[in-house]
Amino acid sequence: MTEKKGWKDLMRGADLPPASSLEYKTGSWRTSRPVWDPDKCTHCMFCVAYCPDMAISIVKSEEGVKGFNGRIYKGTVRLETDLDFCKGCGICVHECPTHAIEMIREEEATSSK
Amino acid sequence: MATLQEIMSKPVGLAPGHRMCAGCGIGSIVRAILAASDKPVIIANATGCLEVVTTIYPYSAWKVPWIHVTFENAAAVASGIETAYKSLRKRGKIDKDVNILAFGGDGGTYDIGFQALSGALERGHNFMYVVYDNEGYMNTGNQRSAATPYGANTTTVPAGSKSFGKPQWRKNIVEIAAAHRIPYAAQATNHNIIDLYNKAKKGFEADGPAFLAVLQPCTTNWRFDPAATMAYSKLAVETNFWPLYEIEKGKVHINHKPKNRKPIEEFLKGQGRFKHLFKDENKHVIEKMQMMVDKEWERLLKLEESGIEL
Repeated sequence: MTEKKGWKDLMRGADLPPASSLEYKTGSWRTSRPVWDPDKCTHCMFCVAYCPDMAISIVKSEEGVKGFNGRIYKGTVRLETDLDFCKGCGICVHECPTHAIEMIREEEATSSK
Repeated sequence: MATLQEIMSKPVGLAPGHRMCAGCGIGSIVRAILAASDKPVIIANATGCLEVVTTIYPYSAWKVPWIHVTFENAAAVASGIETAYKSLRKRGKIDKDVNILAFGGDGGTYDIGFQALSGALERGHNFMYVVYDNEGYMNTGNQRSAATPYGANTTTVPAGSKSFGKPQWRKNIVEIAAAHRIPYAAQATNHNIIDLYNKAKKGFEADGPAFLAVLQPCTTNWRFDPAATMAYSKLAVETNFWPLYEIEKGKVHINHKPKNRKPIEEFLKGQGRFKHLFKDENKHVIEKMQMMVDKEWERLLKLEESGIEL
């Protein structure tokens, strides 16, 4: 008879650290990229909520930022799209109510640099 | 009621770097649902798109405790977690409040995980089951499931000269869940994040099992422009193809009634899986689809109006 083992004696399976996917940059999949124009943005958060890749970060801004119609938008505001992870699906461009984001081809974006 | 700003300011439970197809809206669904929990969440995730893309070894996109289980038993494992949690709590070994959540695709819910789901709902475990419904086995290349709509072209029910695609209507999973007399069952989409968040919140707060079905248009196998994911979610609601409603303690409440119901063609057009329906010989399929959508909607309205407990 083999010795009885409890669950604590079992070999651990594959356990991975949380959010280790951050090391895998999905931005390399992109063929087009979204270009955001802060001057047209109302910080409505649609793009943030719809971005499937959580590639649009937000911050709290007490002093506010200048946006659509020259207005100052206070509170939760969006930042630049994180191109390390943006796959270029274009949902943000499609859903933006003020057309503050446009899609350009990657080669166009990289050649103008 | 939470605003979109408030919802987006909550901690994000899923990290970027996951390998969902570009334009796949599951990320938005998971984000909104996890934002709706004020307590730590433990997830049991059935095999399916979400599981595959978030945990490609050696990476994980999850920031919350997450267990991968097989196709058929997400609800059974969630039941086990809930029971173990209750036992630990009773013995004073844990004092935290937690929410237990199960995720499954439509394959893992309508079909393969159905028996475990029914069992868990019947036993009354305190957990929420969320199905992200992309209407077929999408990560294996578009096989039909019980959630695939009538008329859709799939690899296992291909459209051709002798077939117009899937000949059956899809299973009414929300009412089936509600028939277990659970406190909360609802249907949502990812284009209406506030509605989705509110429903997830109600589900987490329900005293007993909750069930949430969320439509997830699949850019890869519905075959449309990846940018249009949310637009198709919206069209599904505006054509009454996927009504936003909830069943609270058996009572139906419709959350959104489109003022001018759009014809079903609006939802079908632009999707590769329905392309064949626009041929002359398949006109009757669209007509029948419209009839069925209208009939279901009328029935839903009557259920709401009557106040009958399901």
